[in-house]
Amino acid sequence: MHIASAFFIGLLFGLGLIVSGMSNPAKVLGFLDLGGNWDPSLAMVMAGAIAVGLIAFRAAGGKVTSLLGNPMQLPAIGKIDKRLVSGSALFGVGWGLAGICPGPALTLLGTGATKGFVFVAAMLAGIVLFEIFQRRRA
Amino acid sequence: MIIDWPSFAPVNALLGGILIGLSAALLLLLNGRIAGISGIIGGLFQATKPGDFSWRVAFVLGLILSPLLYQLFTPLPESRIDADWGVLVLAGLFVGLGSRIGSGCTSGHGVCGLSRLSPRSLVATMTFMGTGFLVVYLARHLLI
Repeated sequence: MHIASAFFIGLLFGLGLIVSGMSNPAKVLGFLDLGGNWDPSLAMVMAGAIAVGLIAFRAAGGKVTSLLGNPMQLPAIGKIDKRLVSGSALFGVGWGLAGICPGPALTLLGTGATKGFVFVAAMLAGIVLFEIFQRRRA
Repeated sequence: MIIDWPSFAPVNALLGGILIGLSAALLLLLNGRIAGISGIIGGLFQATKPGDFSWRVAFVLGLILSPLLYQLFTPLPESRIDADWGVLVLAGLFVGLGSRIGSGCTSGHGVCGLSRLSPRSLVATMTFMGTGFLVVYLARHLLI
């Protein structure tokens, strides 16, 4: 049951990305271009998503099991460290270079865009690299 | 700064944002999980506990298939990737590696983390937006 729900929720997430314009890298770069012709749309996407999210996280507060009976697995609210900042900085550089973050990268796959496939292949390589570094450190 | 009014689509942006928020809400309340895309993909490459794999595949599959569902009803909106091949590869590498090192991306930190009022996610979001703004500024207004 929780697998089927994950599938439909993924679909809904993707529809949101498409409707909002996030699945268009040129539009995302228009938002990131503060010094040029700035397109504020993405700020509205964040506002809409967070408005719903605030209610959901408040409703989930203190629950131990989800409605489908799975354990609630929220990451602990950890400390702000060098890793968080350097990783986020690197992610932002990549985001600014192409206008693609992980969610839209996957919807681009579904549109069949060749450049989408290349981006996702590189992104997966980055994720695997992370796992290799992690295992070396452990 | 000049506002690009013709491109600004507040209704679509807000509606799409609400759908994204709704799906984050459903994944949290139904499945007990955070809708952080980089984390969900990252988990596929970890030796995870049994039962932790399939839902990730299902979610990713849903995301990939969403344009096909959309197309059943109405043509897909324009989607344009301007980056050339070399930049695209570098960007993908940075996005994959950076989001895993920083434990999240636009969805995990930017939507879920901020909705949880997590100070960590606020710092992460300000950081990646900051470097994103900076890179676009450099690429479009200083280097060319």
